Amino acid sequence: MLELTETWYLVLASLIFTIGAVGLLVRRNPLVMFMCVELMLNATTLTFVTFSKALNDVGGQASVFFVLVVAAAEVVVGLGIIVAILRRQDNADADDLSLMRG
Amino acid sequence: MANPLSEFLRSYLSVGIFVGLSFVLFGLLMVISWALRPNRPQAGKYINYESGVDPVGSTWSQSQVRYYIFALLFVIFDVEAVFIFPWATRLEAYGTFGLIEMFAFITILILGLVYAWRKGVLKWA
Amino acid sequence: MLSVILQDTPIPISANPVIETPEIVWSSLAPHLILILGGILLLTLVSLLRGKAPSWFHAAWTVVVAGAALGSLWPLWSRVQEDGPQTLIAGAVGLDGFSLFVTGIICVSVILSALLLEGYLRRENLVGPEWYVLMLLSASGGVIMASANDLIVLFIGLEILSVAAYVLASMHSRRISSSEAGLKYLILGAFSSAFLLYGIAMTYGATGSTNLVRIQQFLVDTVLIKNGMLLAGFAFMIVGLGFKVAAVPFHFWAPDVYQGSPTPISGYMASGIKAAGFAGFIRVFVVTFGGTYAQQWRPMVYALAVLSLLVGAYMALIQTNVKRMLAYSSIAHAGFILIGVTVATDKGTSAALFYLLVYAFMVTGSFGVVGIIGREGDGKHSLDDYQGLGKTRPGLALIFAVFLLAQAGVPFTGGFLSKFYVINAAVAEEQYVLAVIAMVSAVIAAYLYLRIIVSMYFAGADDHGVSPEMANPPAKKVPAGAAIALGIAVFATLWLGIVPDTVTSVANEAVARLVAFQG
Repeated sequence: MLELTETWYLVLASLIFTIGAVGLLVRRNPLVMFMCVELMLNATTLTFVTFSKALNDVGGQASVFFVLVVAAAEVVVGLGIIVAILRRQDNADADDLSLMRG
Repeated sequence: MANPLSEFLRSYLSVGIFVGLSFVLFGLLMVISWALRPNRPQAGKYINYESGVDPVGSTWSQSQVRYYIFALLFVIFDVEAVFIFPWATRLEAYGTFGLIEMFAFITILILGLVYAWRKGVLKWA
Repeated sequence: MLSVILQDTPIPISANPVIETPEIVWSSLAPHLILILGGILLLTLVSLLRGKAPSWFHAAWTVVVAGAALGSLWPLWSRVQEDGPQTLIAGAVGLDGFSLFVTGIICVSVILSALLLEGYLRRENLVGPEWYVLMLLSASGGVIMASANDLIVLFIGLEILSVAAYVLASMHSRRISSSEAGLKYLILGAFSSAFLLYGIAMTYGATGSTNLVRIQQFLVDTVLIKNGMLLAGFAFMIVGLGFKVAAVPFHFWAPDVYQGSPTPISGYMASGIKAAGFAGFIRVFVVTFGGTYAQQWRPMVYALAVLSLLVGAYMALIQTNVKRMLAYSSIAHAGFILIGVTVATDKGTSAALFYLLVYAFMVTGSFGVVGIIGREGDGKHSLDDYQGLGKTRPGLALIFAVFLLAQAGVPFTGGFLSKFYVINAAVAEEQYVLAVIAMVSAVIAAYLYLRIIVSMYFAGADDHGVSPEMANPPAKKVPAGAAIALGIAVFATLWLGIVPDTVTSVANEAVARLVAFQG
């Protein structure tokens, strides 16, 4: 039977991070893009906790709190901007938002 | 044996006591409200929504923007609890320093709420 | 019985009843505290007064607060001179010449932007305290970032800086392009912070700490047999920080965001936010990994510098929108500053600091002029709108010409010396190729700046059939705040080009006193 070592958690975290990063680049709906950012941040959280366990150091776990709050603040600001856009137009797709080109 | 229960069961017993207490409290409140309220049965009271319009149409509909504002405010305050909980579990250990720090933190949050209030965000209109 | 059951539920942690809280020297945190409290107090005061404050009050308050933060740097500077660099709050924050210098740049950028913003907001009919509150809070994040001695503190500072800036970018409620800029900035900014954070996590895993001094100590004491994790951490952190300073190939958000944002805010982004980003860059790579792992990260930063220099200068040439031109030119400037980073010497770092200061004056001034010429609606930014400006608004055109010539690197301006010092630092490290590329980029960019100047002075009615008076009807007077800001910026740009000695010696002193592991 496979033993569940730290490496597995790190691999899982890197997979989640990749899914988030690719998703953000591929998807065009801002809400889904936010979810992808959230995935990326959660992957880093998992990495932090894994290292915290491996190093037997509580600092890594404490960082998770800050990441959580930062993620919430970012999403709130992002949703605020989306709401501001939706008040003026019906759709807030990333493709519709391309006034500026060059 | 001085203590008839094992450590394991004892910790579950306290959970059980609280569950029991909650049932007692719930039952008590129901009985009080049943005893106090007037009882006038009407057919109209048994339809889904006794006031307002009948629920028709698709369940997917756009919510009003004002819900978002409340949701956003909620998210902010909800997440700040992340800092308050660890502090509250070890209140004494952090001493005066922790107390002052947490008050500074909460004060800043309250000032944000004051701003939202003066902006009229909290008014439902 | 209940009491018996409940009383001795064990709380395992209570073995050590008191947690040691760190000693805090509040006076050493004065710039941080002044900016944060200034922002929060302004928000509270104004929301309690509910619109009874005059419209100039917000800007004046911001200037006073940022000025106070700037003033608080002097006693701290002499403290650092006497007692040497020190760490505060259990090693989380460093107080040294470098952090104070960058704090100074950020405060200058806030003062100039606030002065420019005042007239802009009155013209656009958007007067409100939120702009200034967000700017002060964003600046406080930048100050935290500049003085961070811990990767997590660096990240938090970066986020305070950025989240406020996302809102600022989208604050112009009547221009859809402003919201678009805010959303783009936010999504790409969040993307890059996630990369930075992942890099921090990997560095933490490889070295066992997020404290920069302890990481340095660890790397000096230990030779890692497998350093793949650490190198991956470097790569991710370079991506994250590269986004923040808008270095090619992580630059693609910058033109859109600079173009869409309210113009004075673009100036603040190009000066204050860029300075904070570079402070993080230098603190992490030059100071922490400079001694032990320079061979590993320098090629990556070298590539960023070369690409930024060439792509930024070239892309700036083919733009027709002046704000986009300035955005791409700011990418080329980032390339110059990255030269100072990639040589990883004291000389390079102090050259980068001097560059950042000069650039703060030049770019806030440039965007200030652009904001005034953009007129109501903040939309007139095409190169055609600058035709004949030399006749219709000679003063403004002259000031803009000074800023553009300074950015091009004409002698007797700060722009020349800052480029000279950076290239000098590269030559001292025998990076001749880099020096040559920098000069080529400067020549390409010079053509761009001259193009705007030619358009202002020499393009007449015959070119496009539009008379200069039609393109630029004599407009209202320049607002007082903007006039002061532009005056300061012009004076500083010229002064730093003619008598730079005071500031360069301060920059050298700043780099000589860094919080670092003394092995």
